Amino acid sequence: MTLFGRRVPAMASLIFWGVLWEIVGRTGIIFILPPLSDVLVAAVDLVRQPSWQDATVTTLRAFLIGMALAIGFGIPLGILMGRVRIADELLGMWVNIFSSAPLSALVPVLMILFGFGERTIVAAVFLFAIWIIVLDTRAGVRHIAPSLIEMARSYGASRPALYGKVILLAALPEILAGIRLGLIRGVKGVVIGQLLVSIVGYGALFETFSRNFRMSQFWALTIILFGFALLVAALIERAEARIDYYAGARE
Amino acid sequence: MRPATREKLHSLPVDDTIVAVRGVDKSYGSTEALRGIELDFPRGRLTSLLGPSGCGKTTLLKIVAGLLDADKGTVMVDGKAVSGPGPERAFVFQDFALLPWATVLRNVAFGLELRGVPRGERDETARRYVAEVGLSGFEQKYPHELSGGMRQRVGLARALCVDADVLLLDEPFSAVDEQNRRKFQEDLIRLRNTQNKTFIFVTHSIEEAVYISDRIVLLSPRPGRVSQIIEPAIDRSGDPERIRRDRHYLDTVEEIWQGLKQYVD
Amino acid sequence: MNSVRSSEGEALLIGGASQGQAAGLLASPALLRLLSIVLFAAIWEVAGRVPVSFAFPTFSDTAVAFFGLVADGSLPKAYVSTLQPLVLGVVLSALLGVGIGTLCGLSRAGEWLLVPVFIVLQAAPVAAFIPLVTFVYGIGLTAKTLAVMILALPVIVLNTYKAVRNVNGSLLLMCRSFLGTRRQEITRIVLPDASPVIFAGLRLGVAAGFVGVVLAELLITPTGIGDLITFHRSRADYAEMYATIASIIALSTLTLVALQWLETRVFRPEKRGR
Repeated sequence: MTLFGRRVPAMASLIFWGVLWEIVGRTGIIFILPPLSDVLVAAVDLVRQPSWQDATVTTLRAFLIGMALAIGFGIPLGILMGRVRIADELLGMWVNIFSSAPLSALVPVLMILFGFGERTIVAAVFLFAIWIIVLDTRAGVRHIAPSLIEMARSYGASRPALYGKVILLAALPEILAGIRLGLIRGVKGVVIGQLLVSIVGYGALFETFSRNFRMSQFWALTIILFGFALLVAALIERAEARIDYYAGARE
Repeated sequence: MRPATREKLHSLPVDDTIVAVRGVDKSYGSTEALRGIELDFPRGRLTSLLGPSGCGKTTLLKIVAGLLDADKGTVMVDGKAVSGPGPERAFVFQDFALLPWATVLRNVAFGLELRGVPRGERDETARRYVAEVGLSGFEQKYPHELSGGMRQRVGLARALCVDADVLLLDEPFSAVDEQNRRKFQEDLIRLRNTQNKTFIFVTHSIEEAVYISDRIVLLSPRPGRVSQIIEPAIDRSGDPERIRRDRHYLDTVEEIWQGLKQYVD
Repeated sequence: MNSVRSSEGEALLIGGASQGQAAGLLASPALLRLLSIVLFAAIWEVAGRVPVSFAFPTFSDTAVAFFGLVADGSLPKAYVSTLQPLVLGVVLSALLGVGIGTLCGLSRAGEWLLVPVFIVLQAAPVAAFIPLVTFVYGIGLTAKTLAVMILALPVIVLNTYKAVRNVNGSLLLMCRSFLGTRRQEITRIVLPDASPVIFAGLRLGVAAGFVGVVLAELLITPTGIGDLITFHRSRADYAEMYATIASIIALSTLTLVALQWLETRVFRPEKRGR
């Protein structure tokens, strides 16, 4: 990995921290920190249990539905704001507010609106993820060279052709960046939502593990969750790199 | 060879007008970009719009293209008033305006793609024009793999591909390096001789305008108005290299420079 | 691309003539902002009157509830308790974060050792740690301050690190060519040059801190704003509950706007060419 232009693999120090964790865990100084090896054993054990598998299916489903909704609504909204100034002026303020507001405060509202179940989690994912997708899509549409749009018009592009063949593709790098950030926020949304609802999916597991002080399992679940979040980010980053071949040449 | 004819405004007789601009005004907010433009563009000729920055030459070209609406007045192409872009006009952009995610071939065929021409047919036409502008072998390359000069050749091929009668070129060589620009200018002269098309060419380079144009429309700035029309009497039939040493070429460049000097800040 | 050209582009981007005229009528940004707020309130009011849900009060009810909460002193009291861990956590995160970030930006070893950890912490849902914090530090101020720090620290560290790491190289060469010491290089060149990006990181840290404090108060023990939300939800006083939530979002937004205003005033990014 050349994330910081360094020859030493940038993430290699995580191994160092893992070793340190193991040592500290074995001494037992910090009572909530079991050795990393115990946590890994617990993780292997955990993924075999039906309770984890069920929770994962529930969590993933809520995450995917929420993300699909956020992307499906976010991109058109961003394009609208990028193209129509009046829409931008009217909506821009609210999108900006919600993109940096403490949305965790809204989860209790979601709970009473959507009930103590999966629908609340879906709504939380949607609410956490959509705003950054809107903002990045809007920025992408704004950055399109005016001549590219004039070109399409001068060759008689119909409205669907203008949006489908030019605007959407020209803004694609920013849209993908927005989706990547949206996915990271969506993962936070699903976790915060489940922690607060605490009877669904991973939230219920976290609740059980911490209530019964099963620290190895607690950490194992945390690691799995972190791994998932990083995996999602890395996958999108790879997709971005694949379309970057033209993003760099857009000036 | 007779000296360059110079006459006031549009009194110069035009035998066959293809584009007629009548009383066009255009403002951006409180800035007056164009005032009372009256112009005739003869069919099959290359006319340059020449002037310092801020004289509204690009604005005028975009009004002819139908990309901008005039505040007042009309533009007629072949007797029909312009209300938007049309198939009889094709535009070549200063910054090339190529689709970065599409190959050279798809870029060249893009005008036809938008018209719904079937894939095989439009690719065949595009291939022909890619060859015409000297880019054979680059069909599957992407714009960022090409030099600036080559990118503009793609832009030119795209405009030729839709077989429009009028080609509108907006400072097409300004983002191209000097060597490529010269080559391009020579190619344009050849193209003008072989293709039966009308060219309207915006430039701020006096040398370029005199070198390639049958007719030069001089615009003065703030607000943009037609100040002079010049027809350089230069024989372009022989070796294009020779023109740059032609005495009439040099004299005309000098004359125009003397006239434009006053607008330099 | 010159300015004339881009302004033409703007005119085109707005689209058809009718849209252009509509935008011209409402050209004033302040007027549009006001209209935007009025529209939001109107939509909320209508949605509450329909009603979309029994638990969805109208805008007017919520506004009345808000003034009620201010008048009976429960909202100010809640904020006194909420702001303590928030301010404490943000200030500690700022000090610690700028320190760690600068260290990472200046020292290769620090960079190798610490930056990946904070990258992981920023990308991952660290909210999962909050229940854990309760185990160690109980349910008091310490736990809540730590919750704020867990969320605020990574973004501050990473922004500081990036700013210090990408300091203007020709300025460093200039300093060296005038025989500046390493210490002078850091205090006179690196930190001033990095300050706008560091400040932007602090602003993001404050935003994250608000998320942290709300989560802490909802997850650890209901106090302050979290208590007010939970209490009114349990009594089905939905207008009061919404008013409390709206107030914390408004407070967070106003804080961020103020910081952004300060940022443009103090650092003038347009004059930095950044």
